Amino acid sequence: MKRKKNLKESFIELFLTLTGGISLFITVAIVVILLSGALDFFRYVSVKEFFTGTVWAPLLNPSHFGVLPLLVGTSLIALLSSVISIPIGLATAIYLSEYAPPRGAKVIKPVLEILAGIPSIVYGYFALTFITPVLQKLIPQTEVFNALSASIAVGIMTLPMVVSLSEDAMRSVPNTYRYAAYALGSTRLEVATKVVVPAAMSGIVTSFILAISRAIGETMIVAIAAGANPQFTFNPLKSIQTMTGYMVNISLGDIQYGSIAYKTIFAVGTLLFAMTFVMNLIARVVADRQRRKYA
Amino acid sequence: MIKTGENIGKRKQLDRVFHAIIFVATLVGIIFLIVLLWKIFKEGLPWLNVKFLLSYPSRFPERAGIYSAIVGTLWTISLTALIAFPLGIATAIYLEEYSRKDSWYNRLLQLNILNLAGVPSIVYGILGLGLFVKLFSLGRSILAASLTLALLILPVIIVSSQEALRTVPKTLREASYALGATRWQTVSRVVVPAALPTIFTGTILALSRAIGEAAPLIMVGAAAYMPFLPKSIFDNFTTLPIQIFNWTSRPQKEFQGLAAAGIIVLLAILLSANALAIILRDKTRKV
Repeated sequence: MKRKKNLKESFIELFLTLTGGISLFITVAIVVILLSGALDFFRYVSVKEFFTGTVWAPLLNPSHFGVLPLLVGTSLIALLSSVISIPIGLATAIYLSEYAPPRGAKVIKPVLEILAGIPSIVYGYFALTFITPVLQKLIPQTEVFNALSASIAVGIMTLPMVVSLSEDAMRSVPNTYRYAAYALGSTRLEVATKVVVPAAMSGIVTSFILAISRAIGETMIVAIAAGANPQFTFNPLKSIQTMTGYMVNISLGDIQYGSIAYKTIFAVGTLLFAMTFVMNLIARVVADRQRRKYA
Repeated sequence: MIKTGENIGKRKQLDRVFHAIIFVATLVGIIFLIVLLWKIFKEGLPWLNVKFLLSYPSRFPERAGIYSAIVGTLWTISLTALIAFPLGIATAIYLEEYSRKDSWYNRLLQLNILNLAGVPSIVYGILGLGLFVKLFSLGRSILAASLTLALLILPVIIVSSQEALRTVPKTLREASYALGATRWQTVSRVVVPAALPTIFTGTILALSRAIGEAAPLIMVGAAAYMPFLPKSIFDNFTTLPIQIFNWTSRPQKEFQGLAAAGIIVLLAILLSANALAIILRDKTRKV
């Protein structure tokens, strides 16, 4: 009886150990699928053309496979959206952590949670049907699809993440720091900007990096509002295409499995995965520094 | 660094100016949300009626509806839950109740799960395309889509289930062991039942993320036009976000209205899911 019980126990433990391994399998599968597809792609297109070519036209004849226009499009979105999410996010976090009365924070935080829970397709719809027309009224040469409108939507979408991570970091700063600064005659502004923010800096920077990483991987907003026109331009009023936008666009058409167009998905996907992976890695290293400081 | 004395009035004024600026910045997110909801309800409500809910898509806007997308979402998400929930909870049980916290395997799994949570959803779509659609030959099916979404939300379910298991007091486990229970008996009859409502809350929140996803499903080949309902998990499918995307990308104004009506349906489903999650969470608080 006892042995049977032990056998059952060890079987369950083995089973759970194996299920735990499934999450490892996902990572391995992502890397293998992306890399094998990308390697296949690079049998037809040289690495040099991919990384230095300035024309992206995989379906045209003659075809061009320079990823730079897509990379520029993605960078433009990441840059412009962080111009919105970072300052507004940091200001909101300072307000919530240092200034807001507890009652006010109780109202504002759930609103930001709602903002975080809205699917990106909804932001995309809003960018195309509301933000773009407003922009066109303000700046008449704005194209129907443009990087700026998508960036505004991506910026607001990543805003709640900047707020909640930065606010957590500021709240983890011990109150004794604040009391010490007040005792020296500081105003609230001086406590916030010269004591709390510097002390919480690594947590705040982590939130910035993660927001940029999210913007790089964001897909539906840019697929709807930024256009499908891989241009080598930094003009935010023009139609562009990002790496993610390209992958959606090519998947919507009828592409043949195994065709060169199909293989571009894996090459571009590998680049996207590598970029977000490195940024998330940096974010975690910076975040660990914060944790150690107040552990 | 901080000058004191006669300029205190100026410094206090600076504080008030800063207060005003960050207060306005805080309002940006709130105002954006209000305008977004106003725009969607203004455009969508005129199109929202029972006929819209029960009709198939059509190229005539006045005949188009969202029935196959609603049914497709229900199929896809139910299957996603069936796949992701047992895997997520089993992994969480392993990490919290079985493996030693400082073992290399546990640390590797934790690190890996954190990493997976940061992978863009479209990359999961590429994984689904390469692995499920092509390698496993599942084609553009509900099963391929659900497997993809399950992998996407698995890290979220694992992390939230771990947090739920951690809230179960140690005394409960010790009492169970003191009565001679084995580890599995303790886990399956004491710890998991105590943590279950919180685990459900986390799972529902993760599933509501999956409900709103469009990008990975486009990669695994969701159909833009579905004039019939799926009969099995191997059938072609569409979901609400895919249908909304399709309508949004059409130039005619009528389809924009349909897209807004679809968004209202999607938001209503997400809202009910969240309400359910909150009810479950509050129920456990009372105990």
